[in-house]
This record gives sequence, C-alpha cells and structure tokens, in this order.
Amino acid sequence: MRVYEVLFIIAPNTEEGDIETLVTQLSDVITNQGASIAKTDRMGRRRLAYPIGKFTEGHYVVLTVEGTGSEIAEVERRMRVNDAIIRYITIRIDEDLKRADKFRARRAARAAASGGGRSNRRAEPVLPIGSDDDDEEDE
Amino acid sequence: MSSDNRDQNRRDDRRQGGGRRFVRARKSCRFCADKVDYIDYKDAKLLGGYIPERGKIQPRRISGTCSPHQRMLATAIKRARNAAILPVATD
Repeated sequence: MRVYEVLFIIAPNTEEGDIETLVTQLSDVITNQGASIAKTDRMGRRRLAYPIGKFTEGHYVVLTVEGTGSEIAEVERRMRVNDAIIRYITIRIDEDLKRADKFRARRAARAAASGGGRSNRRAEPVLPIGSDDDDEEDE
Repeated sequence: MSSDNRDQNRRDDRRQGGGRRFVRARKSCRFCADKVDYIDYKDAKLLGGYIPERGKIQPRRISGTCSPHQRMLATAIKRARNAAILPVATD
C-alpha cells in the first residue's frame, strides 16, 4: 500500500459550490478505483508565490490517498483535462513517513536505554549556597 | 543521531593529538533540536525562513542545519516551489 499526497490548486474564479463538486468528483474517481482517501484538507484561498497563467490566487486542496498508484494516474489525467485546476502535484509520502517512524522509534529506544541519565545530568548543577566564592566577591 | 557519534569521535581524536585546542562550533541544527523527522513542503512559514530575498535555498554553512535535515529541507522547498507556495529563485 502506498500513500500519496495529491495537492491541486483550483482557479480563484470558481464558485464555492463548484469547488465542492470538483473535490467530491475527484474523490469519487479515487475511491472507485479501490483506493481510499485518508484525509481531505481544504487549505482554502491563498496567494500564489508567483502567477500561474493569469491567476495570483488559488484554492488549495490536499487529498491524502492510500492506494496502489493506478488511481493516481487516473486522477492526474482528469486534473490535466480540467480547466479549473491550474496546478497539481502528487507526492508519494509513505517512504518518508516510514523513515520518520524509524527515527522516532530509534529516539525512543535511546531514551529508554539511557534511562533518563541525561535529564539527571542537566539538573545537577546547583547554585553553591554559602560557598567560599561569596566572600571574594564582596571585597 | 549519527552526528552525535561523530562529535564524540572527534573529541577522542583531539585527546590523542595532545593538547591542541579546537573551538568546536556549537551544534545548531534547529530541526535536530526540535526533533523534526519530516519536513512538510506545505509549511510555508517554516520553509520561508530558509529562503533569503533571492529565493535561493540557504546553505548549511549559514543556517547550521545538519546534512540529513538540509536534504529534507531542500526537497521540501523544491516541492513547495512547484506548488506556488514558495517563490522560485530570481536571477
């Protein structure tokens, strides 16, 4: 199973209702191919860092898809054909997530192995109360 | 992380070298300090801190980012440029 992030930008002159239908349409394309959508993140209208075509703004939508990869081809084909979508990017993230998990696990293992030795060491330096240094500073 | 080991090795070498004193640069990778495992390309606020006016990716020698995190950062910035989240480098 692979995890993808499909980000696409919808033209700012699209009606709110049309955006809604567009997103559900694309979601259906994905689910009909046997993949599942883990998350739909509508980032909303935001400024583009550079103009795309004649637009300087766009609606950002991110779909997190769990599937085999064939449905990505289909969605991308649809997005390419659709004029309302001014940009789309698909990124495979399962390997990155796996790597992140590995790092996290290793860190947890190390923390368990050291048994909180680090935190003890950090707590140790205590202010010397009534030490000899005090007298010298008074002069 | 592996960089911890490397620093330790370096310290051992120094002892064998006999009294030569090096000023070790302070480790200052912000991502290591924050224990970041994955840099999201959609996080414009985070990535924006690593692209000075020209829009170029800030080199490691300036930001102090460690090698693995610099690689992740570079990938994220390139992805963000494609998504019009960050500007592309100008001239």
